[in-house]
Amino acid sequence: MPTTTTPGIAAGRLPSDMLAENFLDLHPPMSAHEAQVAADRCYFCHDAPCVTACPTGIDIPLFIREIGAGRPDAAAREIFEANILGGMCARVCPTEVLCEGACVREAAEGRPVEIGRLQRHATDELMSRQGHPFARAAATGKRVAVVGAGPAGLACAHRLALKGHEVVILEGAPKPGGLNEYGIAAYKTVDDFAAREADWIIGVGGIEIRHGRWLGRDFTLDELTSDYDAVFLGMGLGGVNALEVEGAQLEGTGDAVGFISELRQAGDLSALPVGRRVVVIGGGMTAVDCAVQSKALGAEEVTIVYRRERAKMGASCYEQDLAASRGVRLVFEAMPVRLIGDDRLEAVEFEYTEAGPEGLRGTGETFRLAADQLFRAVGQTLGTVEGVETAHGKIVTQGSGRTNLDKVWAGGDCALGGDDLTVTAVAQGRDAAEDIHSMLTG
Amino acid sequence: MADLTTDFLGIRSPNPFWLASAPPTDKEYNVRRAFEAGWGGVVWKTLGAEGPPVVNVNGPRYGVIHGADRRVLGLNNIELITDRPLEVNLEEMARVKADYPDRALIASIMVPCEEEAWKAILPRVAETNADGIELNFGCPHGMSERGMGSAVGQVPEYIEMVTRWCKQYYDRPVIVKLTPNITDIRKPAAAARNGGADAVSLINTINSITSVDLDSFSPEPSIDGKGSHGGYCGPAVKPIALSMVSEIARHEATRGLPISGIGGVTTWRDAAEFMALGCGTVQVCTAAMTYGFRIVEEMCAGLSTWMDEKGYRNVSDFVGRAVPNVTDWKNLNLNYVAKARIDQDLCIKCGRCYAACEDTSHQAIAMKPGRVFEVIDAECVACNLCVDVCPVENCIDMVPMAAGSTDPRTGRVVSPEHADWTTHPNNPAAQAAE
Ligand SMILES: Cc1cc2nc3c(=O)[nH]c(=O)nc-3n(C[C@H](O)[C@H](O)[C@H](O)COP(=O)(O)OP(=O)(O)OC[C@H]3O[C@@H](n4cnc5c(N)ncnc54)[C@H](O)[C@@H]3O)c2cc1C
Ligand SMILES: Cc1cc2nc3c(=O)[nH]c(=O)nc-3n(C[C@H](O)[C@H](O)[C@H](O)COP(=O)(O)O)c2cc1C
Ligand code: SF4
Repeated sequence: MPTTTTPGIAAGRLPSDMLAENFLDLHPPMSAHEAQVAADRCYFCHDAPCVTACPTGIDIPLFIREIGAGRPDAAAREIFEANILGGMCARVCPTEVLCEGACVREAAEGRPVEIGRLQRHATDELMSRQGHPFARAAATGKRVAVVGAGPAGLACAHRLALKGHEVVILEGAPKPGGLNEYGIAAYKTVDDFAAREADWIIGVGGIEIRHGRWLGRDFTLDELTSDYDAVFLGMGLGGVNALEVEGAQLEGTGDAVGFISELRQAGDLSALPVGRRVVVIGGGMTAVDCAVQSKALGAEEVTIVYRRERAKMGASCYEQDLAASRGVRLVFEAMPVRLIGDDRLEAVEFEYTEAGPEGLRGTGETFRLAADQLFRAVGQTLGTVEGVETAHGKIVTQGSGRTNLDKVWAGGDCALGGDDLTVTAVAQGRDAAEDIHSMLTG
Repeated sequence: MADLTTDFLGIRSPNPFWLASAPPTDKEYNVRRAFEAGWGGVVWKTLGAEGPPVVNVNGPRYGVIHGADRRVLGLNNIELITDRPLEVNLEEMARVKADYPDRALIASIMVPCEEEAWKAILPRVAETNADGIELNFGCPHGMSERGMGSAVGQVPEYIEMVTRWCKQYYDRPVIVKLTPNITDIRKPAAAARNGGADAVSLINTINSITSVDLDSFSPEPSIDGKGSHGGYCGPAVKPIALSMVSEIARHEATRGLPISGIGGVTTWRDAAEFMALGCGTVQVCTAAMTYGFRIVEEMCAGLSTWMDEKGYRNVSDFVGRAVPNVTDWKNLNLNYVAKARIDQDLCIKCGRCYAACEDTSHQAIAMKPGRVFEVIDAECVACNLCVDVCPVENCIDMVPMAAGSTDPRTGRVVSPEHADWTTHPNNPAAQAAE
């Protein structure tokens, strides 16, 4: 039986009960009473700062008041009107930098109203009790193609369907949900929530998903624009950035997104191999998720190495603390310069960095970390999409997601200007749908 | 250390905290434990006449109003007087009094409004050596349908008559417990005094229905789908009780009549407030029923440390101190001008003051960029609503304007003189008097 100290990369380092415990719900649901008490803490602020801080502009004080008045279902309706993925957002939003970060009680006492968990309470309640809370408008006879069934694509498709349009989602992967299904940390969305939510959203009617259909491989954008009245591109960032250092080809190196995707799809976590000593390169949410889940699988030592200072890290303070509390070591201001090993990775050599006028540069001082496995979490990329204008590796949009092409909109991670968050993808998908609707009916 | 010893009508108790006549005082077992816990006195659960005792419902007898964390804010009950035989209660009272001679033990009584009934029970109560009696003219439910309780308390003539009988057939202090279910509390209190009462106690419970079940459409508490109004008590009723107490304390016909204050006393502070309005003792029911007997420790400790801080050695040093400050509206100084002021350092920018003032008051708060909220003195009437809704203590202050300064709202110079409605030019009565 392997253990946490078994050398190399091995599966089954932890007994199954410990694995189960390590992957428990990070923010467990509230009981009805807990929700009442939490709801009572909301001051029902005038022109509430939390609403401004929510990219989808959910009327937070109102939905919390509805929970307080004993109607979590009415609260959920309020949430879903603004954000049909309110259930997922309640689980994955970095609320500490969004709504809860803006809560006046955060300013007053460092303890905000628990908006995320209250939102989960309401949405869980409604989703467990009834079918779809909204009815579709009369059919318009218009057809819209949506590329990608991630948060942006689903939000866009749902809003279009509500308006009475027919939507076809073309999705390359075998399951809907995008990174909700393949990327978000397992302990943020337990019990197959991503799949259940996608089913529930599609349940509104008027949305057909065709899986295994990749834009660029199975069809072209031209075909879409001639076959449909409008097209929405919500394909996220499919590619991953490479690490350009000596030894990058050594066995034991991989990309974090791929590792997480494998983990999310694993039926049995004890069959998933992980290194004894894991090094993660990067500073965003992906780096943290990759590190925390490696640790949860039973790696003995996990280190995140980020090239800049802590304050620049993409992952929020909450995420950093989460990593630290799960036993992940965080190293700042160091970059990998060489991966060492014969065939297999054995160690990574780093150089300390400092910020200069020309950008980041090495100080010349180096150190080594022993490593059996290294994950790159240094950002994702968009492949090319013919005819669509891009900049900085993303699609350029104007207003509510209009691209340079007539009839083509884009939103979510693939579009320039978002925050690479689930909630911003939802907001952009929804807003693009409204814009498409007014164009189609205008 | 402050001395909490209380002398009320010559009845001494180690502290002013008595348990009101109710379930906590329904039997020997409870009362012994209450005395062990430190309560200064008890008013025994109301006794009825000899014979088969009353019966209670066999379903829920309490309804409740909760705060968000199920804090009990108000309780309602449809319980009747004691449902145990008179004989048993009297024996228990005698035993307890003998064992706790330093505590106050008062017998609460409710028998039909006939002289014979009172004449029969009073000597038997006297035999228990109880320190006094309390006439329950208050319970608003059940017994009132049978011509007792509040049915008596609502008719001053009956109060006076029964009180007189009691003074005739009983030689220890007689306290009359008043019902708040009347329009003017001064009338029954005066009647009690006219009948010779040594003191009044108030309030008993208030007619109430706590809620309606929206599935069964039955009022709560529900007995087999039907409900009856019950008596409301607990923290929610305190303001009503305080006002009634103050009316009796300052009204000419009742001034000086000793009062035992009841209604929502939950902490030492509530007790001190009742006492400041003239109560010699306080009685507690709901707080004990919610938290158990041990709360008296907090009450004694809180009252005595507060008294130490203020330099009061005996409770009589502060009893009644607030009474002279209770007055009629017409005597309030109209030359007193205040303005709300928001402490920007304490402000957490919730905007509740803004919503309240803008939507429902005087549009006297400006919302400036960056969620800065400022009072517009030229509009502020000093209503205090912003202070009341502000979630941060002391963030909004009501600052009196100095005499000689000009109120930007009215353009008038603030006068140092007192001037009230009785002399105000807009008052037709004042003009007529000129
Ligand atoms: C590891 C990880 C953890 C994260 N954690 C969080 C978090 O905790 N909280 C948070 O708010 N955000 C988090 N994010 C970011 C968040 O997941 C994304 O911002 C969000 O999913 C973007 O939604 P999207 O719809 O734009 O793209 P995606 O979710 O990437 O969905 C795109 C969809 O398009 C499909 N697709 C791609 N190319 C094609 C093609 N050519 N043809 C057809 N279909 C295609 C893909 O299969 C996918 O289903 C995380 C991201 C990662 C990688
Ligand atoms: C369940 C219950 C039963 C009561 N029974 C009596 C009673 O028998 N006699 C009486 O004088 N008052 C009775 N009361 C009223 C209390 O003595 C007291 O006046 C009232 O509850 C207000 O005080 P509080 O707010 O501290 O509870 C009862 C109150 C309750 C809650
Ligand atoms: S005291 Fe009343 S009028 Fe003045 S600012 Fe406050 S709420 Fe407005």
